[in-house]
Amino acid sequence: MNDTSIKQFVNEIPRQARSPAAKKAVTLKEHIVEIISDSGEGAQRCGQSLGSIAARMGNGIWTVEIIPAEIRPPARSVAGASGNRIRLGSERITNGGDNTDLIVAFNEQALLGRVRAGELKPDCTILLESMWRDNKDPKITAAYIETCNQLVAAGYKVHEVPMERECLSVVADAHRGKNMFALGMLCSIYSLDMQLAREQIALTFGKKGQSIIEPNIKLLEAGFTWAEVNLDFKYRIPAVRSSEPQIVANGNTALALGVLASGMDICAMYPITPATSASHYLSDVFEKVGGIVHQAEDEIAACAFAIGASYAGKCAVTITSGPGYSLKQEGLGLAVMAEIPLVVVNVQRGGPSTGLPTKAEQGDLMAAIFGSHGDAPKVVMAASTIEDCFYSVITARKIAETFNMVVVLLTDANLATSQQPFPRPQFNKSWLAPPVDQSAIPAGAKPYDWDATTGLARRFIPGQPNGMHTVTGLTHDRLSHVAYDAEINEESIRARSLKLAALQKTLKTPPLFGDEKGDLLIIGWGSTKGAIEEAVESMRAEGCKVSSMHLRFLQPLPPGIKEVMQRFKKVMTIEGNWSDRPQDELIDETNRRYSAVATLLRARYLIDVDCWSEVMGQPIKPGTICRVIRDQLKKQAEAEQS
Amino acid sequence: MTMTATQCLLQMYDEHYDLEDYQSGVPRWCTGCGDNAILAAVQRLCRDENLRPEKTAFISGIGCSSRFPHYMKTYGFHGIHGRALPIAEGVKMARPDLHVFVNTGDGDCCSIGAAHWIHAIRYNMNMTVLLHDNQIYGLTKMQASPTTPLGTKSNTTPRGSYLAPLNPLSITLGVQNVSFVAQAVDWIPEMLYDIIKAAYHHKGFSFIRIVQRCPEWLPEMFEPWLHDPNRILVLNHENGLQVSASLSKVYKNLQAHDPSDLNRAREIASNLDPVPVGILYRNPDVPRYEEVRHAGQMRSTDLIEKGLNAEFDKFTVWPQETEAQTQPVM
Repeated sequence: MNDTSIKQFVNEIPRQARSPAAKKAVTLKEHIVEIISDSGEGAQRCGQSLGSIAARMGNGIWTVEIIPAEIRPPARSVAGASGNRIRLGSERITNGGDNTDLIVAFNEQALLGRVRAGELKPDCTILLESMWRDNKDPKITAAYIETCNQLVAAGYKVHEVPMERECLSVVADAHRGKNMFALGMLCSIYSLDMQLAREQIALTFGKKGQSIIEPNIKLLEAGFTWAEVNLDFKYRIPAVRSSEPQIVANGNTALALGVLASGMDICAMYPITPATSASHYLSDVFEKVGGIVHQAEDEIAACAFAIGASYAGKCAVTITSGPGYSLKQEGLGLAVMAEIPLVVVNVQRGGPSTGLPTKAEQGDLMAAIFGSHGDAPKVVMAASTIEDCFYSVITARKIAETFNMVVVLLTDANLATSQQPFPRPQFNKSWLAPPVDQSAIPAGAKPYDWDATTGLARRFIPGQPNGMHTVTGLTHDRLSHVAYDAEINEESIRARSLKLAALQKTLKTPPLFGDEKGDLLIIGWGSTKGAIEEAVESMRAEGCKVSSMHLRFLQPLPPGIKEVMQRFKKVMTIEGNWSDRPQDELIDETNRRYSAVATLLRARYLIDVDCWSEVMGQPIKPGTICRVIRDQLKKQAEAEQS
Repeated sequence: MTMTATQCLLQMYDEHYDLEDYQSGVPRWCTGCGDNAILAAVQRLCRDENLRPEKTAFISGIGCSSRFPHYMKTYGFHGIHGRALPIAEGVKMARPDLHVFVNTGDGDCCSIGAAHWIHAIRYNMNMTVLLHDNQIYGLTKMQASPTTPLGTKSNTTPRGSYLAPLNPLSITLGVQNVSFVAQAVDWIPEMLYDIIKAAYHHKGFSFIRIVQRCPEWLPEMFEPWLHDPNRILVLNHENGLQVSASLSKVYKNLQAHDPSDLNRAREIASNLDPVPVGILYRNPDVPRYEEVRHAGQMRSTDLIEKGLNAEFDKFTVWPQETEAQTQPVM
């Protein structure tokens, strides 16, 4: 269905009578909403739809998937909550925010999981499916009533909603449609445009035809009407409609779009969470532009396949997550040694080992920079926003081919599954890789003719007459002949290392968020950008002299960082990886393990950079960062006084 | 680009290659090493088939055999241990126009790279794969490999190897999508050449196990077969290889075998003595992965721009029309 026919179609659906109850909507600046259910009950679709509708109205949004680690955890289980968290705001939203203001839950056990995880605000509004109150299993009824009473006693505003019953008055099987009923309720609560909601449903179910769209719209309207009549509250989050088209997608989709836009044509991968959804989407669309996604027999083969494809043609990409990244290390060393361009995306998850497969962590930075044996310099970048996931792939491909280097692009489970609107990119021809060079190589040219200053050498590609040579992972001279000569080993290692310096000279100092100098500089990298800047902004509003800087390039580190750090009394990184807690009995200055970027900055700039980090498997909250900044500044003030 | 007739003629003249056009460096294999015979046969094939050196790529892993690309004046990729096949697959997928050869050894292919070997057979990409099987690790100085005969003493099996060897032919013939399997021995150059040539002409994954002597570590191993032509079972068929009159005077142990017969091929493969030499199996109809995946498509900027914009459309939230903005919220 195209846009016009969708509009016509939804206009033709008879509308239910509008509610007579005209509640006055309370205006909010922002709100955090969750919809949770058992796996497979559609809470994620409800949340995504809510996000899209709000985005179309011009609201800032950030959606986060709430994913259980199992595909089908047992029904009604505390660990089985599946759904979506949507942060809605008047202005641009850059992260998932702190705790939840309002939650729709399809059963009380999944809800309990969120309560116990400390995700809800103390006075959170709860809209809870009430069908469990009359369950034929007395244990379920008892559990429901007990939980309900506890929640009320704890101060939550609990509204029991007969979702099942209301849905059954519209459709025969409520199990499949409850999510759209919930969406209708939320449209009422947040005064969202119902016409947009109908269009969203038509878009979502467009492929399935009108017989599916129609009942879903009826459920939507039933939910809307129920909330209008039965709820005594209503909110409005004013929106400023964008005049520009916006892309609403999660980080993995943005990443895959970036692969398309970069002009790369081969992606080799092996299934791994949370990277795989990027490859799912790419598998669906890459062929339309002549690209190929190759699902290899393992991670090692995926890396080798990409290296082979890069060697013989255009730069290729391999997409993975932590454990897969570890398996690729030997191959990455080969690509470094043979100077074959390659883009490697690591969608980080919790580690080590199998760790937390569906959860966010920033634990792979050191592996990205120092992984592979011997001296294996690679470029390491980190995307910090959804939009950045798109553009970073294009940049990574360009750097890989300009410098004949491996470029590692780090994202994480937070970016992978979160949605945030960003301006629709305007296609630019310069994004694409040029065609594979098949021109003849001039007589006497050498395949590794390293430039004395930059270390760069022109790459010879199979098919180029006169360029025949054998690339090798063995130490080799300028002719690519195997060499065991110590001097050649030094010369070639020097050349490969110099390329990083050559790239570093082209980079700019990362911009500062906040004043140019002050009491505290927070340094972050990757997906924490939105949360850090939000925290810094609110602390600055309280009068704190704090600024932040976000690193996009981790290897090489861009110039000018030391000078920036020197203008602040104290520098601290905030990261989603491990650092030893100074208060632990055995931890002191001689043995404390710092967070990854803090370690790098300390080693490179000889500045006493501190760090704060957590590995809670979820995005760091802006409220948490505010507390960290407040504590740090207090500590500094006390030290100054004493 | 159009060409004048003179240029065409010049190019035809240019494109005649001699053996030395494929020779690079001095092989550093041991005297009497079977790799030398394989190199000679392959260089002869390249010349006879007039392969353009810049359009030909030899991909290898690690081991004695994997030094092979260094001695070819073509493009070459001496990779890492066990990964020659996935690298070669990437090359072929990116560049179906290249002639791709793979040199791998019994350790490289059947041990550290065994997973890739199984799947490479399934992918059935058009490449010629030479398994240099000397039944021992040579470069790392004599350790038992997966094809080392039971009881062989080596540096890691000083009291004799503990396990029965795996049979590369049986394994290859047991995998879905197998399309070409042959066996050669390094000491019958004529048949070695003919088999490599047949493999090269097969469109698909052509797997040749080459029984290869290692005079350094297993000098006695193949002596009985070398000295007794009757311990070589020559597979002869009008659809396969037809042994020459002169050769059949020496190698009289002929067996008629139609390479389209997979079951018979498996039976032959399971016989270790006499050693079967010739084409065990050939099926030109197995789909090739690079064709199934439409490798080597022309990709114009226009195609990518259109495709990308169509994808953007799926995720785009358009600014609302003015009339929609004025509509009251229901």
